[in-house]
Amino acid sequence: MSVDKLTCQELIELVTEYLEGALPPTDRARFERHLEGCVDCNHYLDQMKRTIRLTGRLTEASLAPQAKNELLKIFRDWKKR
Amino acid sequence: MTAQSAPVGRLISDEEWKLVQALRAGDEAAFEALIERYHASLVRLAMLYVSDRAIAEDVTQETWLGVLEGLPRFEGRASLKTWLFRILTNRAKTRGQRESRSIPFSAFWDPDAEPAEPAVSPERFLPDDNPVTPHHWAVKPAAWDEIPEEYFLTRETLAHIQKAIEALPPSQREVITLRDIEGWTADEVCNALEISETNQRVLLHRARARVRRTLEVYFDEGRSSDER
Repeated sequence: MSVDKLTCQELIELVTEYLEGALPPTDRARFERHLEGCVDCNHYLDQMKRTIRLTGRLTEASLAPQAKNELLKIFRDWKKR
Repeated sequence: MTAQSAPVGRLISDEEWKLVQALRAGDEAAFEALIERYHASLVRLAMLYVSDRAIAEDVTQETWLGVLEGLPRFEGRASLKTWLFRILTNRAKTRGQRESRSIPFSAFWDPDAEPAEPAVSPERFLPDDNPVTPHHWAVKPAAWDEIPEEYFLTRETLAHIQKAIEALPPSQREVITLRDIEGWTADEVCNALEISETNQRVLLHRARARVRRTLEVYFDEGRSSDER
């Protein structure tokens, strides 16, 4: 096996650096060359992207009316001082 | 200097600087805009350092009072978000220490002090002595792109992600919360947590890998029960 070829097991550990754009150009090229020929690693990369997208959906909590009223009271008290 | 333009050397946007000026003038609508934008995030961040939600809410309320009291001294040398985060984490860490909770000090995290943590179990790959394709997938990852998005985006899925994140080591939890939930950039996280780019990336890598593994188990179970 040639040294410049990435294995699947190596590729998965570079996924974050790849997605962060932190791989040096030659490593990035090796990464992309592997992806071109490997369906499974494409699935893995897709799983990782979905994981990140789904994690981003945890933000949807909004400000509860009760908490908001308490904070506005803090503001009014502060203003009076 | 007019009331509209931020001071020289500032890092704050004109929009945020206007908000600060309005707050100083006692404009309640400005305060309302600010809490609508940041309160839920701050509570979530406080949860990184204290043990329960009520305490996190409490710390966040204290933070807002600290923000109002700190307004006269705020010079816009940091973005509003960074300033809020600093006030919050100082208070939350103090509170966490009082409850003698272990606090995520990513700044002191040493990747070499922990065992390497493979993103995927080595057993899922062909062994080194495989004559054709060593270290290639033996137990292949499923094609999630064949699963419709609405199957993914359920309350239950999000609850699994939430639980997986809560179970992470504190420094991983801190980084993934800021990056992937709050949507901060790598630079913002490195500055706020005072960690190197490399450590930020390693922590994020491990955290994301663990969340992915949790989802994989959950989706595989779901699909095998659908087939039954």
